[in-house]
Amino acid sequence: MKNISKYFPGVKALQNVDFTLCEGEIHALMGENGAGKSTLIKVLTGVYEKDGGSIFIKGKDKAVSIRSPQDAQKLGISTVYQEITLCPNLSVAENMYIGRSKGFCQSWKKMNAAADSILSSLGIPAKSTQQLSSCSIAIQQMVAIARAVDMDCKVLILDEPTSSLDEQEVEKLFGLMRDLKARGVGIIFVTHFLDQVYEVCDKITVLRDGQLVGEYEIKDLPRVKLVSKMLGKELDDMSDIKSESAVYSGKDSDITVFEAEGLQSSAGIKPFDFHIKKGEVNGFTGLLGSGRSECVRAIFGADRVIAGKVKKNGKEIKISKPIDAMKNGIAYLPEDRKIDGIVGDLSVRENIVLALQVMKGFFKPFSKAEAYKFADEYIKLLEIKTASADTPIKSLSGGNQQKVILARWLLMNPEYLILDEPTRGIDIGTKIEIQKLVLKLASEGISVTFISSETDEMLRTCSRLVVMRDRKVVGELSGDDLTQNKIMSTIAGGEG
Amino acid sequence: MGKNKNKTGSFMGIFRNQIFIPLAALLILALFNFIMDPSFFKITFGYNSVGNPVLSGYLITILDYGSELAILAIGMTLVTAASGGQDISVGAAIAIAGSVMLRVLCGTNSRPETLQAPIIVAFLVGCIVAMLFGAFNGILVAYFRVQPMVATLILYTAGRSIAAWINNNELPIISEPSFGYFGGFIPGVPIPTPFFIAVGCMIVTFLVLKFTTLGLYTQAVGINESSSRLNGLNPTFIKFFSFVLLGLCVAVAGLIKVSRLSTINYSVIAKDIEMDAILAVALGGNALSGGKFNMASSILGAYVIQFLTTTLYKFNVQSDALPAYKAVVVIVLVVMSAPAVREKLSSFMNKMKTKKSGAKEVSM
Amino acid sequence: MKKKLLSAVLVLAMAAGAVGCGGSAEEAPNADAEGSAAEADASDGELIKVGIINNDPNESGYRTANDADMHAMFTPENGYDASFAYSLKNDEQIAAAQKFIQDEVDYLLISAADTAGWDTVLQDAQAAGIRVILFDRTIDADESLYAASIVSDMDAEGQTAVDWLASQGLDEYNIIHIQGVMGSAAQKGRTGALDAKVAEEDNWNIVTQQTAEWNAEKAQQIVQSVIDAGTEFNVIYAENDDMAKGAVAALDAKGITHGVDGDVIIMGFDTNKWALQELQAGNWNYDGQCNPFQAAYIDEVIDTLKAGEEPAEKVIVMEEKGFDAATITADDVENYGI
Repeated sequence: MKNISKYFPGVKALQNVDFTLCEGEIHALMGENGAGKSTLIKVLTGVYEKDGGSIFIKGKDKAVSIRSPQDAQKLGISTVYQEITLCPNLSVAENMYIGRSKGFCQSWKKMNAAADSILSSLGIPAKSTQQLSSCSIAIQQMVAIARAVDMDCKVLILDEPTSSLDEQEVEKLFGLMRDLKARGVGIIFVTHFLDQVYEVCDKITVLRDGQLVGEYEIKDLPRVKLVSKMLGKELDDMSDIKSESAVYSGKDSDITVFEAEGLQSSAGIKPFDFHIKKGEVNGFTGLLGSGRSECVRAIFGADRVIAGKVKKNGKEIKISKPIDAMKNGIAYLPEDRKIDGIVGDLSVRENIVLALQVMKGFFKPFSKAEAYKFADEYIKLLEIKTASADTPIKSLSGGNQQKVILARWLLMNPEYLILDEPTRGIDIGTKIEIQKLVLKLASEGISVTFISSETDEMLRTCSRLVVMRDRKVVGELSGDDLTQNKIMSTIAGGEG
Repeated sequence: MGKNKNKTGSFMGIFRNQIFIPLAALLILALFNFIMDPSFFKITFGYNSVGNPVLSGYLITILDYGSELAILAIGMTLVTAASGGQDISVGAAIAIAGSVMLRVLCGTNSRPETLQAPIIVAFLVGCIVAMLFGAFNGILVAYFRVQPMVATLILYTAGRSIAAWINNNELPIISEPSFGYFGGFIPGVPIPTPFFIAVGCMIVTFLVLKFTTLGLYTQAVGINESSSRLNGLNPTFIKFFSFVLLGLCVAVAGLIKVSRLSTINYSVIAKDIEMDAILAVALGGNALSGGKFNMASSILGAYVIQFLTTTLYKFNVQSDALPAYKAVVVIVLVVMSAPAVREKLSSFMNKMKTKKSGAKEVSM
Repeated sequence: MKKKLLSAVLVLAMAAGAVGCGGSAEEAPNADAEGSAAEADASDGELIKVGIINNDPNESGYRTANDADMHAMFTPENGYDASFAYSLKNDEQIAAAQKFIQDEVDYLLISAADTAGWDTVLQDAQAAGIRVILFDRTIDADESLYAASIVSDMDAEGQTAVDWLASQGLDEYNIIHIQGVMGSAAQKGRTGALDAKVAEEDNWNIVTQQTAEWNAEKAQQIVQSVIDAGTEFNVIYAENDDMAKGAVAALDAKGITHGVDGDVIIMGFDTNKWALQELQAGNWNYDGQCNPFQAAYIDEVIDTLKAGEEPAEKVIVMEEKGFDAATITADDVENYGI
């Protein structure tokens, strides 16, 4: 058996991770975001230099050194990324051979013929002279694979190749993967879709927090176990952590404040129903990419709503853009703080007042004094660590940036607060602060939707969970059903 | 905008402030002139040909001719901040606005004895037309997401022909002396009118920035469009709006331009002024890629450019060589604002600072 | 999608550019073609087909007048079927010439943007039996390639002006010399005469010599700069009317008198009607003609060629005058103003 093994001590991103890939096997690499999958792949392909450990190829005793992507290519390691990294303006054949010809001369005829023969041998329905951008994403990905195959690759890494493909295209891709497997190519398959893993893979390696959880044969690891391994909770010794904070107890606590019926947005989620009561904290859960963010974005009007309606206190309201939602008392803290949240060059003060200012209107700017008052109030309240209210937000740490964004929405006095991954990438202390704050807000009568990748955090805060899988709502849990076990089995579905 | 409450002292603060860049450029130019020929700063009092009191001197000339540029810089700053690109069609748009005003004033006769319409009407019509052309650019940029330079290239190439077409290719000349006030002197006032118009524009701009949220919105959109949208802003409209406002600035600058000679030459009026306006924004230390801006800095930048131009005229530099000197300024600016250089500079400054403070401690 | 849109816009921009550069080119020939086609039907195709390549009429008042003169002459009523093409760029003009050759015009009339690069296309024209007549501008090509060249003598224009200035008999000449676009024929001719005279005479001094690129505003700034510097001067020699106007605006602003009985002598070129009126009013002193009315000369040459003869001289220099504020008449303004 010829194998590759790697070993890296000392790095935070990856701590002493072993990984073995056999010839002719499809090996799934699993883990939540930040688990270290990408880092591992980047080390293997020479994008990052490893800080320790060694890589062996084909059972040789001597470790090989991979210092650049070129080195990796020479060793037969090729990668096809989630986003296509080919040149869409060039022809299929040109894309397959770009950067590989020796010298300046190139026989176009020969190149096209060679490309066609590879494409047909792999059963890829594309012509060598076709412009790449005229092919579907699936075909483009296959062309990238064909390029890898033609470079005589021994190891093919597919990084989230299926995220932008429809079911038929995924089938085609799997066919190709099986074909390559039969030719003895080892494939590393990175994906978030559990079903796909079970459909095509032989082995699974699970990473968590930069550490190896384990390597398993596919038949030895049922879905529920896989999910628990990814999330880091063993099935049996998971205890229920219930919050003990005060629950909103106003007499209107039974009133459904917001309600969505058959809501569907352009971001590609299946129509879903949803409701939230006054002072309630609920959550959307599911693996990354399951559509939980897309749901709340649809409610907020951040993505184009294509069907369904939203009701407030039983009356239908029209939300076509964020400002509509804001005027109806909805606030949304977005998942991606950098892209959707902060306005980097502006000061903390400006970032805090932004949303309220927009609500207030173009001709009624806050005076500097007012803005400083708001900013100082929330900087104190949320204990935001910043040199002053005039500091550009981009120079703050992630957690403090998040608090500023939170302050922005709290300032608006929302009736319904949507928090999408508010605790991602921030330290544990701040996390707990935010969780506490959520419960406190709820006790004051604000409805909150809380989304997090960390289940225990959800359990601690939410009284009801909407579970999603593959862009569909697959269940709703509340009361006694709110346990790690139940959540995981619902997330995993199938044999749960 | 240009104040420092920094406790570490206003001396270091001024270096960090954006307005430092045009201010430094201004000081360098002033110093150069002072050394070469102090008479540069002489202002004399006299009477013009119709007997009105006027001040003259290089400084007055700078205030006079820098004014159109300052007005354009206001609009260009907003467009730059919101869209992250520049409008290169302002020169052509000035030709159009000017042509429209003359057309309204002259009617069908290109040499009227009396004005066919009040000047204010002509000006308002010019404003509307210039704003429409601004809107055209804005639609291309904001709604069709064409790069600003490419979008405005259309008007840049076609604008002057449109301007000529508006007046049937004739060269209208206004004999009414009051029309010349806008680009010259108001009787009894010894300071050139364009400067007053520019000051008026600055005050209006200041008030708009103070009493509306225009500044916050444009900056937010320029820095992070996606985030602005999620905060309830309409980035598309704000970009569009910035081009319309630039159109208004163009109309005001156009009025001054046509008033200067009471006539128009479609192919050369306000030639290359777009480059000066963009340069003013850059010289003001504003990022040409959009986002945060400092309006005062841009306006000062405009006058600095006119200072440079006037200085070069004074020293008899061939005027067709002017662009070459401006190019040098651009190169210096671009290099100075490159991230790599900035990093080096700031680390250098820090070193200097620590050295200084170290020295202080020793001396104490 | 976005890319397609972008390219579409680019194409649009270029189209707009073509219109822009060509001025009303696109409209004019179309309108003419239609009009003349109708006429041609009526008169059984007896018309002489001419292709006229000119500079953009927006370039200057001179060009506008020149173009209007051409349009007035080459009409179906006068027996011509004329097509017009305009550009300030040599390569576009050459392309237009090639198109006219394909269209089998009888005569090709060219006012070239640049002197170089015309050989090939003129040879093509010769091979196709098309006679070429140059107007306003000469080109660097063998004389045999064209039938005639009708030009202004810029050197003579400059000389006339300088001679006039010398005849004013000032004790000292301190001249602000405002030049046109450097390297243009008009600039060279008008500058040359003055430079020679200044080199010759001790009491002729150039205070400043700057190009304002035919631009009134620049001329205004240049003169203002001289005034600000406090330098003495008594002559402004501007190489076109626009620049003279700009210079006068600067003088007016500072209350310096000019024109007849004024402190500063104002000289301009191109005899714009408004400039001649300034002359009449005594605000300016001299305006040199640069005759834009070449159409009549061309018509004559075509008549000669039609009769099977060659014009007596290859290069026909048009008569050009200089006008003095003291002697100009209302008739002059009417007849020579453009």
